[in-house]
Amino acid sequence: MSKITPKIVAEHGLSEEEYQNVLDIMGREPNLTELGIFSVMWSEHCSYKSSKKWLKTLPTSAPWVICGPGENAGVVDIGDGQAAIFKMESHNHPSYIEPYQGAATGVGGILRDVFTMGARPIANMNALRFGSPDHPKTRHLVSGVVAGIGGYGNCIGVPTVGGETNFDPSYNGNILVNAMTVGLADTNNIFYSAATGAGNSVVYIGSKTGRDGIHGATMASTEFNEDSEEKRPTVQVGDPFTEKLLVEACLELMATDVIVAIQDMGAAGLTSSAFEMASKGGVGVEMDLDKVPAREPGMTAYEFLLSESQERMLMVIEPGKEHVAQAIMEKWELDFAVVGQLTDSGRMVIKMNGKIEADLPIDPLALASPEYDRPWVKTESQAEVALSEDIVPENYLYTLKQILSLPNMCSRRWIWEQYDQMVMGNTVQRPGGDAAVIRIQDTLKGLAIATDCTPRYCLADPYEGGKQAVAETWRNITAVGARPLAITDNLNFGNPEKPEIMGQLVGTIQGIREACNVLEYPVVSGNVSLYNETAGQAILPTPAIGAIGIMTDYRKSVSIAFQSEGESILLIGETLGHLGQSIYLREISKIEHGPPPPVDLSVERRNGDCVRSLIDDSLLTACHDLSDGGLLVGLAEMVMASNIGASIHDVSGDMALLRWAYGEDQARYLVTTKKDSEIISRCAAENVQVLELGMTGGIDLSFADESITIAELKEAHESWLPKYMTVIN
Amino acid sequence: MKAAVIIFPGSNRERDMVMALKSSLGKPPIEVWHGDIELPKVDLIVLPGGFSYGDYLRSGAMAAHSPIISEVKQQAKRGVHVLGVCNGFQILTETGLLPGALMRNANLKFICKDVHLKLERDDTIFAEGYSINDVIRVPVAHHDGNYFADDETLKMLEDDGRVGFRYCGPDGKIDETNNLNGSRNNIAGIYNKRGTILGMMPHPENAVEKMLGGTGGKPMFDGIFTGLERLLA
Repeated sequence: MSKITPKIVAEHGLSEEEYQNVLDIMGREPNLTELGIFSVMWSEHCSYKSSKKWLKTLPTSAPWVICGPGENAGVVDIGDGQAAIFKMESHNHPSYIEPYQGAATGVGGILRDVFTMGARPIANMNALRFGSPDHPKTRHLVSGVVAGIGGYGNCIGVPTVGGETNFDPSYNGNILVNAMTVGLADTNNIFYSAATGAGNSVVYIGSKTGRDGIHGATMASTEFNEDSEEKRPTVQVGDPFTEKLLVEACLELMATDVIVAIQDMGAAGLTSSAFEMASKGGVGVEMDLDKVPAREPGMTAYEFLLSESQERMLMVIEPGKEHVAQAIMEKWELDFAVVGQLTDSGRMVIKMNGKIEADLPIDPLALASPEYDRPWVKTESQAEVALSEDIVPENYLYTLKQILSLPNMCSRRWIWEQYDQMVMGNTVQRPGGDAAVIRIQDTLKGLAIATDCTPRYCLADPYEGGKQAVAETWRNITAVGARPLAITDNLNFGNPEKPEIMGQLVGTIQGIREACNVLEYPVVSGNVSLYNETAGQAILPTPAIGAIGIMTDYRKSVSIAFQSEGESILLIGETLGHLGQSIYLREISKIEHGPPPPVDLSVERRNGDCVRSLIDDSLLTACHDLSDGGLLVGLAEMVMASNIGASIHDVSGDMALLRWAYGEDQARYLVTTKKDSEIISRCAAENVQVLELGMTGGIDLSFADESITIAELKEAHESWLPKYMTVIN
Repeated sequence: MKAAVIIFPGSNRERDMVMALKSSLGKPPIEVWHGDIELPKVDLIVLPGGFSYGDYLRSGAMAAHSPIISEVKQQAKRGVHVLGVCNGFQILTETGLLPGALMRNANLKFICKDVHLKLERDDTIFAEGYSINDVIRVPVAHHDGNYFADDETLKMLEDDGRVGFRYCGPDGKIDETNNLNGSRNNIAGIYNKRGTILGMMPHPENAVEKMLGGTGGKPMFDGIFTGLERLLA
């Protein structure tokens, strides 16, 4: 047996201190296979060792939460015996190395997390961040990631209904691919991962195990450097057709009563599934690798255990019932094998060719894995920007056109048209609005889904940025008329061993916590991706938030599109003219410092609750929350979505017109109505600010003595991305 | 009347099709597994959309050799109506029930959006809910929808009036700008000689409700119902 040298330890990503820990736990030197298991199970990706301490502070419960974080996905009650099961997860490192397969398997992985709990996936979303459009790799990465997401989701037949895409140079060496899946289950048929019952069979189903993705989790837990391209063999290869069979087979099997526990094999494959399931259920496992379906002969125990081959699941089944599962897997032409038994030893004993290849205690590698309190420094808050007269634009609508064509502000149509948005036949609101709306089949219920995050706000002030990301999804869900229920958080940051990065993580989590508490909007699942750095350059702090909400009647949902001419346009919420970190200051004036807009959560809640009740009473005909770019951008988006113009009077009063037009104050909604006096009195009764801005109609957007045609706006908004993507490098 | 929807491993729009048929026919169609060798007596056979066998070979090529297909062919020859949508159209060309082939979209990308179609005929049960020259809006969602047939076949299709739908603009204009995937003559759907088999790339089943993509496809299913009921009477 090879001796474990410090070099081998370092190659496995374990620190000297961690290795000493290994020796103490084992009471002897581990063999290479055992070391490999420690390496993946203690990786940041699997153990959450840097973030655990802080994640524990997040609110995770509410009367409608059935299952919070810690399982494969979060479970929320949506009434009538139905549950929504959802989660967002990153596949950042693999997608940078091999964009198509990295993104595709990201989608495959998150789908499995959801259907492993008994849910049929009903919608996908994604939050993407790419480097500067000028960077030589960006076009190739955008093209590959979008094709990969589409290739997997389209084939499996789950609609991709929205998401977000940003460009920023900080992502040049570390793109972010965060994929979210929402599924639908019966509350009395939800499946969990805790393995129980010594003597029960451990069953493997799905694809065969090959040599792909070995050490993917460890790779995803380190910074990139010059040779990261050499890590391509650590990227998995996806097979959406097999996953489609797996979904159908699992759901068919879940209609029987044979499954005790089930978990998909994701990061760190067979190893992490077996350890996590056993640790949660407080049992031991004896596994025989000779029984594991192999794609090729000659694989070692190390390779079997660390492979991240896709489309595989591990289950616990009562002895004597295996044949039920076997028959269903045979119908769907999937592999099936009993690979071991549960024991009461609390240990993982792995055999191959009659020889013990690994013998480890379970808990220290799973539930009791290391937890660090890493040093952190609070991000200094930034002083208000002193604005001079020379940043005022000469022509507001010319500037609007410029803003609408910016890489970060232009239409994402080029992306979403590559995704099947309506398969399954329940898509009420497609991409392009504030939130997607999916009808719950055979009911009138509508599920609203949104993702959001404004990384530039988070960089300037992690606490306010964290609050804002949560509040914006809450507002998105509200703007279609749904009641926000819960979120999933996908925290993407740089190297947590640097106190300033750790400070961003801590600050952001504190902001998320505050927003979740005030809005009664708990975190039910999530994922942390750290070490998103290349050559010492960290990404912007990016806590992507995915959210769901419910409405009792999907037919009442409203979109951002004006419905007819001659309706009143109203602004709900107070305009203070906050310009710090606005799109206008950053992109037009090139001023990158200053604080982001503060989020007053009680105002947020009051305004949102008011808007939602107006929609529920069918008083609004269109609604759009204001975010990036502020009032004029929001208005232009509504105009473009409907092909109906708008004219706005100057209502800025004492405020500088610039602040009025481009300020990014929070908790605001642009709405249209035929019943303005009723809206105004309802808002007054609820102490919500409301202002009449103008009317819909015509073929122009008119503002402050200027006007621009809808066609011009659309040309500016729609052309950048397709043009950018057709240039050949 | 009775309808059957054939389900292949990898079919993924069978539920959409079942819902659309149910809303016009008043009862759900029979769902038939591809591995079955017998098909109950039905008046309409539907091959739904999806990625049968992952479409890893050529779209529809594997499904065209599924056990149930020989039964579908026999019934089709006897005059039972067959509708193939998207992957179903690809399977129909692979089985030889319809001529031509569906190649990768000209832009090499998956395309999902609403498109406009011009009705070229209204004398089949599939189109009797429409009138000739109607322009309808329905979505497409495909990677391989670029219809190709050689010159001789194309001439035959045109001469025999076997083109069912063409991609067009909102105003009905049929030109290259509105040819989203490179199909020859903007062809979106074609018939067999008798007009009993229709293959089309767009998804009428995803346009049968006002708030879910509009109702551009609804007359097709309503027409199928009334047309087949009349034939049976």
